[in-house]
Amino acid sequence: MTGKVLTITSGKGGVGKTTAVANLAVALAADGKKVICIDGDIGLRNLDVVMGLENRIVYDIVDVIEGRCKTRQAMIRDKRLPELFLIPAAQTRDKNAVSPSDMIRLCDELRQDVDWILIDSPAGIERGFRNAIAPADKVLIITNPEMSAVRDADRVVGLLEAEEKSAPSLVVNRLNPAMIKRGDMLSVDDVYDLLRIDVIGIVPEDENVIVASNKGIPLALEAKSRAGQAFRNIARRLNGEQVPFLDLESQGLWNRISRLAGRR
Amino acid sequence: MSFFERLTGKKSASSAKERLQLVLIHDRVDLSPAVLEALKEELLAVISRHIDIDPSSVHVELASEGRSQRLIADIPLKPAARRRAG
Repeated sequence: MTGKVLTITSGKGGVGKTTAVANLAVALAADGKKVICIDGDIGLRNLDVVMGLENRIVYDIVDVIEGRCKTRQAMIRDKRLPELFLIPAAQTRDKNAVSPSDMIRLCDELRQDVDWILIDSPAGIERGFRNAIAPADKVLIITNPEMSAVRDADRVVGLLEAEEKSAPSLVVNRLNPAMIKRGDMLSVDDVYDLLRIDVIGIVPEDENVIVASNKGIPLALEAKSRAGQAFRNIARRLNGEQVPFLDLESQGLWNRISRLAGRR
Repeated sequence: MSFFERLTGKKSASSAKERLQLVLIHDRVDLSPAVLEALKEELLAVISRHIDIDPSSVHVELASEGRSQRLIADIPLKPAARRRAG
């Protein structure tokens, strides 16, 4: 096997990188792929809690890089999906403990026996970001339809262009159809006009994202969730399938019908 | 009508888009409005040395096409007859 390395980054913090990594990983693994997630946010470890694996951590990425354990020993197997693994970030270490060439070496080793390696980049454009993009075959930029998130996403696109990485794809997260309709939120078309990079996913705002992280069970496992569906669609597109985008407009209507029917 | 709409007469999403368009162009080329203004002044000085132009009708601006940016200078020239008469 020659696994692909997919890095998820955003520039701005809090736009949904970790949520996206957890959900894409779960969706890819549920589809039968072997997946390893790497939490690249050294000092601010979070992917473990979103995936519900925080109690199983023994070794972390810095232990692997500094040779205190074998790579296998730091790979935590998911509770539900046996082909899904997490290499957690170190919580207490200096973020300079890892370099871009360490990441390239680690990913080259992991590539041999998985389909996908997903890297959760930290916010910002410094060392952690450089580490996260160094081994990437493909970069996904997550943004929200909001001034500062779009501006930071554009900075990241510029940095990737300067690094001569292959063109990144865009995920617009936390879209609120009602706000777009009344002219108070940038639409996906607006964001595309501004950034001009390929859109691979649109994800509606969904309060169940918080519920899911409370429980440590990514939404992509819930058949009924709209955001979960959006992430499952992105996973299928990553595997080369043509999948139409969600119709965000219908969401409001569906919610209203569901509510009328007493389903929510 | 929201507070913002009453104040500006437009929807907040369209003003976000307009503001971002300008911000992104300047971010991408790393050229501040002040530098652009200085560049315009110098450009005008050089051109005026050779051709008679009306400085107030000159437009120097950044424009974007996809992800590439260009600097556009629009300099209307006065008709030759008027130049001779002047």
